[in-house]
This record gives sequence, C-alpha cells and structure tokens, in this order.
Amino acid sequence: MSLYSHSIQINTDRCAGRMRCMRTCPTQAIRVRSGKALMLEEKCIDCGECITACPNGAIVPLTNPFGELTKFRHTIAIPSPALYAQFGREILPDKILNGLKKIGFDDAFDQALTCGEVSFAIQEYIRDYKGPKPLISNTCPVIVRLIQVRYPDLVDLLIPIDNPREIAAREIKKKKARQYGLNEEDIGTFYLTPCPSKMISIKQPAEKGKSHLDGAIAISDIYGPLLSAMEAVANESYRKSLENICILGIGWAMVGGICRTLRLRNSLSVSGLTDIIKVFDDIERGKLRNIDYIEAYSCLQGCVGGSLTVENVYISYNKILKLIETLEFEKIKACPDIREVRRRYQEKYFFMEGKIEVRPLKPLDDDLTRAIAKRKQKDDLYETLPKIDCGACGSPTCLTFAEDVVKGEAKLADCVIKSAGQELSAAAPGRKSKIPLKGKEP
Amino acid sequence: MSGENVLSQSFEIIGGNFGRAGKASTTVKDILKELGIDPSIIRRTAIATYEAEMNVVMYAEKGEMTLRVTPEMVHLHLQDQGPGIPDIKLAMKEGYSTATPEMREMGFGAGMGLPNIKKNSDLFEISSEVGKGTRLEIFIYLNPKVKANP
Repeated sequence: MSLYSHSIQINTDRCAGRMRCMRTCPTQAIRVRSGKALMLEEKCIDCGECITACPNGAIVPLTNPFGELTKFRHTIAIPSPALYAQFGREILPDKILNGLKKIGFDDAFDQALTCGEVSFAIQEYIRDYKGPKPLISNTCPVIVRLIQVRYPDLVDLLIPIDNPREIAAREIKKKKARQYGLNEEDIGTFYLTPCPSKMISIKQPAEKGKSHLDGAIAISDIYGPLLSAMEAVANESYRKSLENICILGIGWAMVGGICRTLRLRNSLSVSGLTDIIKVFDDIERGKLRNIDYIEAYSCLQGCVGGSLTVENVYISYNKILKLIETLEFEKIKACPDIREVRRRYQEKYFFMEGKIEVRPLKPLDDDLTRAIAKRKQKDDLYETLPKIDCGACGSPTCLTFAEDVVKGEAKLADCVIKSAGQELSAAAPGRKSKIPLKGKEP
Repeated sequence: MSGENVLSQSFEIIGGNFGRAGKASTTVKDILKELGIDPSIIRRTAIATYEAEMNVVMYAEKGEMTLRVTPEMVHLHLQDQGPGIPDIKLAMKEGYSTATPEMREMGFGAGMGLPNIKKNSDLFEISSEVGKGTRLEIFIYLNPKVKANP
C-alpha cells in the first residue's frame, strides 16, 4: 500500500519506454527503469501532463467509469463550469443540465450557483484578512499538491474557503435526502471533471478524511452521449436561459474568471505550471506582498484547458469570455443573494473542514550532517556528468541522475556517455580526450 | 569547524543584470529544501538572500554571495564592488531609499531591503567602504534555542 494515491496510472504492458512522459513531467516524478516508465509517488502532483505526452496511451486517468451510477439509489451530476464551454454558443447551461438528466443521472445540479456564492465568500474573507499575502486559490488540486510538496512554506497562504464542488455536493446530498426520505449514503454525487486531478481530491482530500463527492466522470466520457441526448431537449428562449446563468460562477471555468467577475483590484491570474512556479518563487522571495489574491490553475487557460475536455481550449475559453461579456452587456446578474451569503459566511458554511498539511519532499537524508555530505557528493558527481540531459540513463536530467545515484536509486554505470568515455580512455590510456583524434597522431 | 560538515557554494551576481536577478536566491532556496531544512527557516533565508541579491543587482557593479550550511546554521556572506553606503545607520532605517524611479517602477525602493534582511536573520552585520563596496554577513540558526557564536 503506498502512502499517496494518485489519479494517474501507468500501464506497464503498453509502455514502450519512449521517455516522453519523463521529459514532460514538471516535477521530475518519472524515471524509466528497465525500459518502463515508473512514477515516483512522492513527487507526483497529478497534473496529468504525462497522459497527453505518452504516444502509446500507456498513462491513463483513473476517473470513474460511467457505469458506476447503478451503485446508488439517486444520482446527481455536478458539472464543472468547464462543461458549459464544450458546446457551441447557442447551447446554454439550461439545455446541458437537462441533457444530463436524459443520459442516466436522476438530477443535475448547476455548480455555477455555488461557485458564485463561494466567489462572494472569497471576497468577504479577503476584506477582513490581515495576515501575510498573497492568498492563493485552492480550487485546482494540482496547485494544492504543488504547494504541499514543493512550496511547503506557502501552505498557509492557501485560502481556507472550501471548493464549490465540495460545498455543492455536501448541500445537495442533504437536500435530496430530505426531499426523498433517503439516507445520504444512497445518494451518489458525481463531478463531471475536465481533468484527472479532481479525482485525487475526491479519493484523498488534502484537508479532511472523506470527500462529499462519490466520484468523478471525465467530460470526454460523457460528451458523445450528452451531445445526442441534447437533440431531444426542447429549446427554451435564449433570453430566459441567459437569465439563469450566474455570472460569478461561470467564470470559474477559465483563468481570471473569479477575479474579473468579482472585480478584485489587487489580484493576479496565472495558468500553466511553468509560469506558476515562477510566481510561487517570487512569493517565496517576499515579492507580491501587495497582491491580495492569486487565481492559479495548472492547465493553460484554466479548467477549460483540462486534459479530459473535448473542445479546443481557445474556443472554449472564448465561449465563457463571450458569455460573461454578454451577461455584463445585458446587465443580467443572476447572482446569489449577498446578504444570505454573508449570513452563512458568519456560520462558517464556506470554510474548509480541516487544515491542509504540508507534504515536503524527502530530503537527501534525514540527518542534516549526512544530507550535507550527500549534497556535496551530488555536486561533485554532477560536475563529472556530460550535462546534456539526454535522458538515456532513465532520469530526466543529469542533475536528477546525480541525485538518484547519491540516493542509491540509480547506478553510475547507467550513464552511457560516461561509460563510453571510460571505455575509450581505457582503450587508449594516457589520452585526455574522450574521442580518439584520428590522423593527429604524432 | 571541520570542512566535512560544511556545504559551501558561491554565486556570482552581476550588477544591472535584471534578467538573471533572483537566480542565486532561488538556488539557495532549492539547496535548503534538498537538505530538509525547516520551511520557516527557508522562507526567512529566501527573503534575506533575495533582498541582498537585488541590492547588488540594483546598485553595484558585481558581487559574490557565498552560502555556507552547517548542521547549526545557514550563513551568507556577500561582498560587492560598488558605490558603498556612506551612512549605514540611515540606510538601515525603514523607508529610507536611494532607488531611482525606474527601480521603484519595478516594485523596489520601498526602503525595506536592508531592514528586511535584518528582520529575517538572527545575526546581521554590515560594513561598507564608499567607492569600494559593501559586505554583508547574514546568520540564521537552525535550532532557535541554540544561538551559538558563529
């Protein structure tokens, strides 16, 4: 039994050891050993970059199959607002929610409404907050994991307001149990997810024992059936459907959506792990203290860029953006009642149920003196390596290889360049160059 | 102190090179993480090294930062070749700054650099010679109870 569960699985039979995943992984969590990819569980933050990178389809997301609905007496779909971005402009959330009821769910809940409430709750929290800044959004599970693993000193900056998907699942379960006289356990809540990482926040929440969601189904798995089912859904009037959209909530599908609809002045929106790492490095240095809130998503452009979505990310980003602009232009504000949100905020309705703990990477050694010695060994070893990051040893870079050797997880002989050099100098003793210089013999 | 237990690494800092600014402090931070140093100490070191590094980038011609980690402490030594500081007491005052409008535009020059370094270190020494350069010594102890003499 491993300590951490992950939402990604490597199918060793299908893996051809082509190393694309190893080179793509932003946290250097993949090695190739004996020709097969291997995940270092401690380092993986479930971003899913490797799923897209693998040419053999050997890395798969562990979402729930559509068929698992039968385990519950009453099932509710809770779609990520990113689902609304997957279809053409004329298809609005109303129609999509109705379509979901035709493909096997007993009910579909518009999570955008909860997103809107949580937006207000975030605003309340920021207004009264006096601690160190900037606060960081916790909605993307990859960002939460990245902070737990690589930036443990920033963990207290994660905003303690819970995710809309968790609050939505908690409340809808209570409501439906009352309505139908069922136990909460009989009600299955399924998140329709744009990425595999939500699965991990359900299976192993960062801050509490158990999630209120019972599973996550990939948007790409339901897309086909949903598209055909919607053909049978009668069209409501466009204007009426628009009036049902929560402008604050719909923005959660894309990066910057929360800050834009809340009109937060001192906020920053970042997407894509490479850029996020730069921003987090700046926070660690004490910069950005004048920023109140950072919206950060692992996927480029936010949830619409998730690896389990169907539509081109720029098209779906644009759909949400245009929808927000239309709602602004038409002055449609189907928002939650702010007074009601404030009342519930006072009752701690929006707060996380536990504290997010750090999960820092294992140091080179638990004993500092030995860790210092190993770090020196690593530096010395690295100096002797070719530094071309060819990856043939099975580690992504020469630096990670040096670390793997020092930790006893790889053998120096695995460096093919170094081994070849040694063979050559053994064959021609006394010569300094690793390459025999033909025709230049004295 | 035996050399065995000391990790020592030096970084060159080039004045005016804003493109690479922050590189040294990021590397220092990564080394401390690899050694398993307590996150709160890493944060203090990160802030102190970054402010010190940026001072060299903004004001000096060039400088060198040397990190030494022992089982007891993190020690940073900075020596730059630059204009020096005529009045250290004044420079240590919160809010005092000689930053140009351009530097302020970039978010520096709030006059918190040196005070911030001092605030984040357990022991801080500064000396300067006008026209030659400035030297900083920053000590951060790993065990807060033992404030051993460096």
